[in-house]
Amino acid sequence: MSFSEEQIRRYARHILLPNVGGTGQEKLLASKVLLIGAGGLGSPLAVYLAAAGVGTIGIVDDDTVDLSNLQRQIAHTTDRIGMAKTASAAQAMQAINPDITVHQHRMRLDAGNAAELFAGYDLIADGSDNFGTRFLVNDAAFFARKTLVSAAILRFDGQLSTYKPHAGGPCYRCIFREPPPPGQIPSCAEAGILGAVAGVMGTLQATEILKELLGIGDSMAGRLMIYDGLSAAFRTVRVKPDPGCPLCGPAPTITHLQQPEEAPACGLP
Amino acid sequence: MQLTVNGEPRTCETGMTVEGLLTSIGLDPRKVAVERNREIVPKSTFVTTALADGDVIEIVHFIGGG
Repeated sequence: MSFSEEQIRRYARHILLPNVGGTGQEKLLASKVLLIGAGGLGSPLAVYLAAAGVGTIGIVDDDTVDLSNLQRQIAHTTDRIGMAKTASAAQAMQAINPDITVHQHRMRLDAGNAAELFAGYDLIADGSDNFGTRFLVNDAAFFARKTLVSAAILRFDGQLSTYKPHAGGPCYRCIFREPPPPGQIPSCAEAGILGAVAGVMGTLQATEILKELLGIGDSMAGRLMIYDGLSAAFRTVRVKPDPGCPLCGPAPTITHLQQPEEAPACGLP
Repeated sequence: MQLTVNGEPRTCETGMTVEGLLTSIGLDPRKVAVERNREIVPKSTFVTTALADGDVIEIVHFIGGG
């Protein structure tokens, strides 16, 4: 593939990087990434991955833009309140980079549509806002043998990891075996989130996605990064595959995709 | 034996397991992950993993917002 004049100028700062170069930029342009959620994490993901020239970006969300989203969901705008989040995010992506293709999947991810949807992409990015979807995304990525870069946020805190059980690493269930018991977890709306924390974690997630696509640096597979915004501290802990993991362990009890129960959003103190 | 749990010193009986520690703190094991000396303890081993003197434990809470 050869770059146009405009592409050389647009991606010049990437092409300058010794670990990226023209070859790396070509890889990005040929890559297909699926974003789960067009919210607090999905917004920086969408904007940075589009700007980086990830050639095909799909975005799954069934919600519409609400005024209460705009404190953190920076892909959306006040004049797009009421618009489908997928359409609003696509508009933001195309505005920053018309060089890429955006697929809008205005739907709720479920056990019936996940496999077919995931098959069309190289890498899955989870920025969803509920545990049911998070476990579904993990399981579907496992069965599809796709790399999953996952981040989560609540209040002033963030977590980030990459799951590649097909390459020997742990999966999300190796850390959090199953959704937490319902009824004990405050909702996002109750617990709150500092808007900029979504930007911190979504941007770290975008960085890890670009590294995975380029095959550079140290993968977050087998590590969990924990961000404490109030202390301004990061720590990274090791995660090994759990031999008792019900999904990726040697004696799995989950052998096909299951429809999650409607799980409450967010987390707990 | 002496542990550090979420940055605070804590005295526990020798041989206490991860599950036992969570119970003594009043935490539901289904709601947390446990980090022991900078490594996540596999959930399937909470009942069998005995803690050791000097262990540094952090409770990692489930967060799922996006």
